[in-house]
Amino acid sequence: MYTYSKEHLDYLKKKRKKKRTITFWRLSIVLLIFFVWELFARNHMINTFLFSSPSRVIQTMVSLIQSRELFLHIGITIYEVFISFVVTSLLSFFIATILWSNDLLAKIMDPYITILNSLPKVALGPLIIIWVGASIHSIIFMALMISLFVTILTIYQGFISINPSYIIMLKSFGASKWQIFQKIIFPSNYDTIIAALKINISMSLIGVVMGELLVSKSGLGYLIMYGSQVFQIDLVITGVFLLGVLSSIMYFLLSLLERYFIQKKS
Amino acid sequence: MEKKILQVSHLKKNYHTLKEEIEALKDINFSVDKGEFISIVGPSGCGKSTILSILNGLYEKSSGTIQMDSNTHIAYMLQDDCLLPFRTILDNCLIGLEITGKLTAENRQYVINLLKSYGLSQFINQYPSSLSGGMRQRCALIRTLAVKPDILLLDEATSALDYQTSLAISEDIHRIIKKEGKTAIMVTHDIAQAISMSDSIIVLSKRPAIIKNKYTLSFDSHLTPMERRKTKEFSDYYDMIWRDLDVHI
Repeated sequence: MYTYSKEHLDYLKKKRKKKRTITFWRLSIVLLIFFVWELFARNHMINTFLFSSPSRVIQTMVSLIQSRELFLHIGITIYEVFISFVVTSLLSFFIATILWSNDLLAKIMDPYITILNSLPKVALGPLIIIWVGASIHSIIFMALMISLFVTILTIYQGFISINPSYIIMLKSFGASKWQIFQKIIFPSNYDTIIAALKINISMSLIGVVMGELLVSKSGLGYLIMYGSQVFQIDLVITGVFLLGVLSSIMYFLLSLLERYFIQKKS
Repeated sequence: MEKKILQVSHLKKNYHTLKEEIEALKDINFSVDKGEFISIVGPSGCGKSTILSILNGLYEKSSGTIQMDSNTHIAYMLQDDCLLPFRTILDNCLIGLEITGKLTAENRQYVINLLKSYGLSQFINQYPSSLSGGMRQRCALIRTLAVKPDILLLDEATSALDYQTSLAISEDIHRIIKKEGKTAIMVTHDIAQAISMSDSIIVLSKRPAIIKNKYTLSFDSHLTPMERRKTKEFSDYYDMIWRDLDVHI
C-alpha cells in the first residue's frame, strides 16, 4: 500500500483545512444574516410588517405545510420548470446542431437570434397571454422565450470553437458532416452542454416565475404575487426563500451530472 | 523504384478574397514512384501545404490534372497531432478505420500490432495526455498508417516538436514508412530534414509557386536520416537547395 510522506500529509491537511474554512464562512454568513435580521425584528429596529423576520417566514412555511398549499405551489413550479428545461434543452441542442451543420443558415439567423436573445422578454408578456392564453402554456412559453436563445448561443459557440485541425484530420479520412459531429463536435462539448444546461435551468426558473407572476393561480410566482397584492410580506419573502432553495437544488443536481461527466472523461 | 503512383500536371491554385485573387500555385508538375519518399521545400507561404491539401481533396484545384489509380488511398498527417483527448490511444488510432467503415477485428489487430511494434504498447488504453510530444506524433503516424494508405502526405509533421524530438521522430517516421513500404510526400520548411529523409526533393519558388528545381538524392539506401547528416553529400545538397531558395537574411 502506498504511504504518504509527512510533507504530503501536511499538504493534504492544509487543503482540508482551507475547504473547512470556506464551508464554515459560507454557513456563518447566512446564519449571521438571519440572526441580525431576527434580532432587529425582535427589538423593533425594523418594521416586521414591511421586512418580515426569519421566525415569521418559518411560521408562514409551517402554516402553508399544514394547509398542504406549500407542496402544491412548489410542485407546480417544479413541473413547469421541468417541462421548460427539457423542451428548451432538446430544442436548443437541435437548433445549435442545425446551425453548426449549415454555415449559411447560421449566418442568416445570427442577427435574429442575437436580437431575440437581448430583447427583454417581459415586454412580450401581454402578447404571450393574448396569443397562447392565460394558462400553463403561456408560462412555459415565457420560460422558453427567456431560456432558449441564450442556450442556443452557448451550445453553438461551443460547437464552432473546436480546433479546426481536428476537423481537417477527420476530413482527410473522408469523414461526413455527421461523422465529424459524432466523433469530435459532440464529445468535445460535454462541458459546454453542461454549462448551457446550468444557464438553462436558471433561465427556466426565471421564466416560469415571470409567467406565474403574470397569469398563474398557483406556483411560487403566484404565491409571491398574491402576497404582494394582499400586502402579506411574510408570504412574499417565504416565496422568494423557497425559490432560492429550489434553484440551489436544481443547480446542485446539474453539478452532480457535471461531476459524473468529468469523472467519465478523466 | 517501381511504377508511377501519382502524376501531377500543370497544377494551378488561386485563392480568392474580397480584396484580391491570390495566385498560390502557378504551374506544378511532378510525378511520384511507388515506394518513393519525396519532399517539397520552399519559402514560407509559397503553397507547399496547398499541394498536399489538393492531393487529399481538402481543397479544389483551379486547373491541372492529378492522375492516380482510382483505388489509390491517400492519408494525411498534419503538424498538429490532433489526438482527441477523450479517446484512448488505441481509439485515437482506430478513428480513421471507423470513418472509412473498415473497423474489422483484423484491422484492429493490425493497429494493435503497429502500436506494439513502435513502442506504444503500454499506452494502448491510456489517454493522449500521458504521452510525450514525440510519442504523440508517433501515435498520429500510426493513426495515418492504420487505414493502409498507398500514399502518406506529411505536412510539417515534426515542426511542432523541439529540435531533439524532431530528429528522433524523423528517424522513426523514415524507418516506419520504409519498413511498411509506403510512398510518402512530405512538406517541410527544414532543408536538413528533407535531405536526411527523402529519395528526392522538389524546391518551389516564391508565390506564385513553380518548381524551381528537383533533386534525386543518391545516398546509400541503408543510411538512416541521422547517418545521412554526417555525409559530405548532405552538405552539398544543403548548399545547392539553400542557393535555390535564395534566402535573404
